[in-house]
Amino acid sequence: MLNDIFIAPFVDMVEAPDFLMQVLWEGLVSGILYALIALGFVLIFRSSRIFNFAQGIMVVFAALTLVGLFAMGVPAWLSVGLTLVVMFVLAVVIERVVLRPLVGQPDIILFMATIGITLFLIGLGETIFGGENKVMITEELGIPTGDTVLEPFGGLLILQHLDITVVIVATLLVLALLAFLNYTQMGRAIRALGDDHQAALSVGISLQTIWVLVWFIAGIIALVTGIAWGARAGVSFALEVIAYKALPVLMLGGLESITGAIVGGLMIGILEKLFEIYWGQPLLGGNTETWFAFVLALIVLLFRPQGLFGERIIERV
Amino acid sequence: MKDTEGYVTADGRQIGGTLMEMRNITLRFGGVVAIQDISFDIHEGEVRAIIGPNGAGKSSMLNVISGFYTPSEGEVWYQGAKRPPMKPYEVARQGVARTFQNIALFEGMTVLDNVMTGRLTHMNAGVVSQALWWGKARNEEMENREKVERVIDFLEIQNIRKTPVGRLPYGLKKRVELARALAAEPSLLLLDEPMAGMNVEEKEDMSRFILDVNDEFGTTICLIEHDMGVVMDLSDRVVVMDYGKKIGDGTPDEVRNNQDVIDAYLGVPH
Ligand SMILES: Nc1ncnc2c1ncn2[C@@H]1O[C@H](COP(=O)(O)OP(=O)(O)O)[C@@H](O)[C@H]1O
Ligand SMILES: [Mg+2]
Repeated sequence: MLNDIFIAPFVDMVEAPDFLMQVLWEGLVSGILYALIALGFVLIFRSSRIFNFAQGIMVVFAALTLVGLFAMGVPAWLSVGLTLVVMFVLAVVIERVVLRPLVGQPDIILFMATIGITLFLIGLGETIFGGENKVMITEELGIPTGDTVLEPFGGLLILQHLDITVVIVATLLVLALLAFLNYTQMGRAIRALGDDHQAALSVGISLQTIWVLVWFIAGIIALVTGIAWGARAGVSFALEVIAYKALPVLMLGGLESITGAIVGGLMIGILEKLFEIYWGQPLLGGNTETWFAFVLALIVLLFRPQGLFGERIIERV
Repeated sequence: MKDTEGYVTADGRQIGGTLMEMRNITLRFGGVVAIQDISFDIHEGEVRAIIGPNGAGKSSMLNVISGFYTPSEGEVWYQGAKRPPMKPYEVARQGVARTFQNIALFEGMTVLDNVMTGRLTHMNAGVVSQALWWGKARNEEMENREKVERVIDFLEIQNIRKTPVGRLPYGLKKRVELARALAAEPSLLLLDEPMAGMNVEEKEDMSRFILDVNDEFGTTICLIEHDMGVVMDLSDRVVVMDYGKKIGDGTPDEVRNNQDVIDAYLGVPH
C-alpha cells in the first residue's frame, strides 16, 4: 500500500518520461484556462469586492452567442467580433442596472445579485438559443484539429493542435492582460482601484468606467475559455463548471492576487492531472479531478492560512 | 470671471483673484454639525491654511471642496462658476488634487506607478487605443512619464521609484502622496495635515517642498494643520475653525492676535 502511494507512481514517472510529459502537457492546457478564469474573478473582485458568481454562465453565454450567430449565417470571425460587442453591452447593462443601484450595499448582497445575473442569463440563453447541446465552430474559426506526434525519450507524445492553439492563445491573452494592467493608464487605474478606493477617486478614477471595463475583460475571458472548452466538450450549460474549477485556484492564490491567479491556475491544472493519472486511477478508481483541487487547496490553507501569495492578510491584522 | 482683485503678500508676491469660494457651507452627519455656516475664499497662487483643534471640522471642509462630501447647505464656487453637486472624480478632473490625513496610496504599486495615476485626469486616449498601444496612447504615456519623472526629481524620490509603496516609511509615503497630487498639475492642491506624524527634520523638508511647489509652479495650495506653529510661516492667509464654526480669518499675524483663536487653542471652555 505504502509502495503504491509513495514509490510506484514515481517509478512510473521515471520509467515512462514520455507519458509523464503527456500528462504534464494536458495539465498545462487545463491549467492555463483555469488561470484565465481566475483572472476574470480577481479583476472584478479587486475593483468592486464582488465575487462574481456569474463568471461561469458568462462562459456559456459567450459560447452560445458565438455558435448562435454563426448558425444565423454570420461568418465565423464576424461572429467572434459581434460576440465581443454583445459581451461589452452585457458589461454596460450589468453596471448600469445591477451594480450602480447596489453600490454601498454589503458584499453579500452584491454576491447574491451576481447569482441573480446567473439565473437571468440561463433564462435568456435558453430562450434565445434553446437548451439543446451545440457544437463549437472550431474548424470554421480556422482552429487546426489534427495532432502532432513527437517521440521524446524514444516514446510517444501526442499534441492535439487544438490544445496547442489553446495554450498559445490563452498565454497571449494572459500576457496582453498583464501588459495592459502594468503599462497603460487604464490598467493602472484598475489596479489602483483595487488597492484604495478613496485614493482612486481622488485621482479622477470613475468607478463606473472601471467596472464596465473589468466586466468586459471578464467577458473576453469568457469567450476565449468558452471556445477552448466548448471545442473539447461541446457547447452546453455544463460549460459553466469550468468556472467552479477556478474556485480552488482562488482559495490558493487569493481573490486579490493577479500572480496568484496565474500561478495557482497552472499549478492546479497540472497537479490535478498528475494526481488523477498516477494516484487517482490506480488507487481510487479515477474521477478525482472533480474534487482533488479543493482538497489540495484545503491542505495548503491548513499549513499556509494566508494562501500561496497572501502576505496581505498578515499586514491587515 | 474673477470677481475679486488680487493682493500683494508681505513677502511681495502677487496673488491673483478668487479661485474658489465657499459660501455659507453647512455639513451635518445626522445630529452632528461638522461645519456650520462657513464662508471663505481661496485666491489664485496663495497658500491658504485651515487650522483648528482636532474635531474642528477641517477635514470635513476639505472633503467638501474635493467632492467627497456634499454640503447640506451652501454653495461651492470654482473658477467663477457655481459648482453643481459632483463626484470626487469629477472634481479631480476639474484640476483639484488632494492628499489625505491618513495617507491613501496604492500600497501594492510602485512609487512610479502611484505617481503615474496622478496623470489619470489628463487621459485622453481611449481604452481601445491603450489596449492596443496605438500612437495616441503611446505618445500620451511618454508625455506622462516625462512629467512624472520631473515631479519625482523635484521631490527627491528618484532612488525609490521602483519600490512598492507598502514598504516605505511613513515620511516618504507622505511625500509620494504629494508627488501623486502634483503630477496632476492641479489648479488647486489640497493637503490634509501634510506634516502630521513627522519628526522635526521631515517637517522641515515638507514645509520646504510646499513652499517650493507654490513658488516654482505657482500652484494654489490649501492646507490643513492642527498644530498652529507649523503653518504660520507657510501660509499667506489662515482660516481658523473650532467646533465646526469659523472663528478667525486673515493673515497669520491677524489670526495670532485674535482673542477667540487664542481661547480655542488654550482650550478655554465655550
Ligand atoms: N463621515 C463622517 N460621518 C460622521 N461624522 C463625521 C464624518 N466625518 C467627520 N465627522 C465628524 O465631523 C466632526 C469633524 O471631523 P473632522 O472634519 O475630521 O475634524 P478635523 O479634521 O478638524 O479633526 C467630528 O465630530 C467627526 O466625528
Ligand atoms: Mg482632520
